[in-house]
Amino acid sequence: MKFAVIVFPGSNCDHDAFHAAKDVLRQDAEFVWHKETDLRGADAVILPGGFSHGDYLRTGAIARFSPVMNAVKSFAAAGGPVLGICNGFQILLEAGMLPGAMLRNRDLKFHCEHVHVRVEQTDTPFTLACRPKQVLRMPIAHGEGNYFTTPDELRRLEQNRQIVFRYVNAQGVVTDEANPNGALESIAGICNEQRNVVGLMPHPERACELSLGSADGRVMFESVIAALHQGTLTGAGRASA
Amino acid sequence: MRARVFVTLKPSVFDPQGRTIVDALHSLGYNGVEDVRQGKYFELEVAADTADKARSLASEVADKLLANPVIESYRIEVDSGAR
Repeated sequence: MKFAVIVFPGSNCDHDAFHAAKDVLRQDAEFVWHKETDLRGADAVILPGGFSHGDYLRTGAIARFSPVMNAVKSFAAAGGPVLGICNGFQILLEAGMLPGAMLRNRDLKFHCEHVHVRVEQTDTPFTLACRPKQVLRMPIAHGEGNYFTTPDELRRLEQNRQIVFRYVNAQGVVTDEANPNGALESIAGICNEQRNVVGLMPHPERACELSLGSADGRVMFESVIAALHQGTLTGAGRASA
Repeated sequence: MRARVFVTLKPSVFDPQGRTIVDALHSLGYNGVEDVRQGKYFELEVAADTADKARSLASEVADKLLANPVIESYRIEVDSGAR
């Protein structure tokens, strides 16, 4: 299968995502510049981490208007799997492809550390190879990961089981100490109603090899590869698998 | 014509920067400052012949780009004087 890694001005985890897909998972992968208008036949799209447009105005606020985002929206609307990592998640929020918004971390500090997240939902293309409630250890590196949404929207997220990852301690328990940024309900990642668009603040692509301190992120890539092979995706995802 | 756009976090949204600033002011002895909300300020030079048109354009760009309606609200002022 083929991954498209979107490159915005200021992306800095694009090579990490490319390396994980190509060298670790042995899949086809291609960089797609944000000015481009098609995804070159990709089966899955990754919006990588970084500081697109310098984080000016708000994180992801300017990247959402890049020409490539129209292609990403069409791809997602047709059921294709889209993963937003860190700044990629922020872009998905600003683009309205996922609900909510990011605030500054509650302590106003940039957090660069390994954290634990619990997989809350395994019926997304990026978590289907996970065990229910599996705890993954992955790095975070962000200053604005304090997820926020309205009470009504939070209820919808819970009702539709759209909260995919929560920050937990090593034992898999949600605690305030284990929440690095003050995110509402310890939310580390969510999906859309159709479940094919997933965004999270931790970096699975930087946790695919033991030499990097953790290989727990690998399961997310294995999940989407399995999803495409099983044909569990609809629309664009299945059509090109 | 000049339009000024003031973007602030909605009252329901916690503002950790404003909180830090008010704490700093209190440590400086300014206990009369009870709260601080930090926001963003934009000056737009707009090609419009009436204040209403300037306001309408400023409002459109605030909705589209300058403010995120999930967490922020905004207020617009237009200079009605000739430039």
